[in-house]
Amino acid sequence: MPELETFYDVMRRQGITRRSFLKFCSLTAAALGLGPAFAPKIAEAMETKPRTPVLWLHGLECTCCSESFIRSAHPLAKDVVLSMISLDYDDTLMAAAGHQAEAILDEIMTKYKGNYILAVEGNPPLNEDGMFCIQSGKPFVEKLRHVAKDCKAIISWGSCASWGCVQAAAPNPTRATPVHKVIFDKPIIKVPGCPPIAEVMTGVIAYMLTFERLPELDRQGRPKMFYGQRIHDKCYRRPHFDAGQFVEQWDDEAARKGYCLYKVGCKGPTTYNACSTVRWNGGVSFPIQSGHGCIGCSEDGFWDKGSFYDRLTDIQQFGVESNADQIGMGVAGVVGAAVAAHAAVSAVKHAQRKDKGGEQ
Amino acid sequence: MATQQAVYVYETPVRLWHWLNAFSILVLAVTGYFIGSPLPTMPGEASEHFLMGYIRFAHFAAAYVFVIGFLARFYWSFVGNHHARQLFRLPIFNAKFWREALFELRWYFFLEKEPRKYAGHNPLAQVAMFLFLTLGSVFMILTGFALYSEGQGEGSWFDSFFGWVIPLFGQSQDVHTWHHLGMWYILIFVMIHVYVAIREDIMSRQSLISTMISGWRMFKDNRP
Repeated sequence: MPELETFYDVMRRQGITRRSFLKFCSLTAAALGLGPAFAPKIAEAMETKPRTPVLWLHGLECTCCSESFIRSAHPLAKDVVLSMISLDYDDTLMAAAGHQAEAILDEIMTKYKGNYILAVEGNPPLNEDGMFCIQSGKPFVEKLRHVAKDCKAIISWGSCASWGCVQAAAPNPTRATPVHKVIFDKPIIKVPGCPPIAEVMTGVIAYMLTFERLPELDRQGRPKMFYGQRIHDKCYRRPHFDAGQFVEQWDDEAARKGYCLYKVGCKGPTTYNACSTVRWNGGVSFPIQSGHGCIGCSEDGFWDKGSFYDRLTDIQQFGVESNADQIGMGVAGVVGAAVAAHAAVSAVKHAQRKDKGGEQ
Repeated sequence: MATQQAVYVYETPVRLWHWLNAFSILVLAVTGYFIGSPLPTMPGEASEHFLMGYIRFAHFAAAYVFVIGFLARFYWSFVGNHHARQLFRLPIFNAKFWREALFELRWYFFLEKEPRKYAGHNPLAQVAMFLFLTLGSVFMILTGFALYSEGQGEGSWFDSFFGWVIPLFGQSQDVHTWHHLGMWYILIFVMIHVYVAIREDIMSRQSLISTMISGWRMFKDNRP
């Protein structure tokens, strides 16, 4: 591998025509919400800049992020995407295995010290010294710390790496821990979702590589361009919400008419993601469009927020599961009964004092 | 019967705020409940209705009345009479204050024959007001505006001032749940508040309900 190979060189080497390359640049510009003037800039950057390698590690995860990623439609074909991000190490996708594969890690780490991007899918379990996830004979957490040491930035793919997701759901027996709670000295971009949308994943990477900076992040470290709004804010069923038209039962007339799924537990109003704009599988559909509410998969701890089918979610404290209304009404009932009892005793006392001729 | 001189306790802005606040809490609680558990579905075309929109509008409008009222009331605690300060500042280092609060507690547990007289709030009432109403209102304002900022979007001033609340609680759904619990916290205060006001109006040695209308505290006897 020549030291200063550009993205364009790599793409041409893999048999991609210049025409396809330029198409890819304009699609990427459009996907990132940039004007047409940016397409040549992206093209120029990719022609002149030396490629930035990406090392892609897998911790505790289900590989759904990778599955999503390889189905990205804009940027287009998977070979373009794979060349573009110069994926030098990905133990799921790469042909090499064993010592051969691990050698690549060390090679990139020394050759591109401080200049490669680390993408993490899944998270490290910390219990029992990390023995719940062993890779090449070592706990994953050690590998993560080792590779993170000299990287430029970290991308936390999916809800696992960003928040913890299902393996971190209560009681979290392996103490699965999101990346930002293990690595503290590197910039971390969270791209949550279970999995994240393919175009969001490629969009984030394309942005970082072409502009050589991190995308603008929100308070919780997510790229604003894809996580700046809630599903609810751009939902095509929003007019039914504002009108007060809701699906009450899964088999009712309202469900057939495509009314708002708020009352059957849609988490769209509390979920930040791009599903209602970018959609899935090349813009074909997304959960709400197919008639099921959003389950909030890109939000922190979504497994532990009670049923996917309740609007008011459960509060789990002291082993009691009930929602805010049940708790509130319960306490109000007790207070109401106490007030009634107190009033009764007060009335008796008051009457007694009157009988005794107590002064008024 | 010549009774003790009446005292002017609640100035006009305080009384006005009390009733405006009561009204806005009523609207907020009812509309807030229906935002969490919406009314049965509306028939016909979506373009013919705006029910949820109106409910949310009423909630936000009442919230503004509530917030501006609260800020004005806080301002009045500096310029108003000394009774106006009671809701915002507790004399927590005053042993006598706590002894008298204990006495009031005994009175409510029927352990004291006769209550003491107070021109303003009795110490127990003051503690309850502070814990439930003042802190409860601050909590509802912070969480409420944080939720409102989600609709207003990133970069809005709501987001700049209140957006930090959401990661503090975890995520948006948690803030919704806490805001909902906050409603019940304030409603339970309202239940106790109304009951005690009526009870004390009958059983204590001073006027209660009429005081919040006229501003004057009357006393029913001359003893200290």
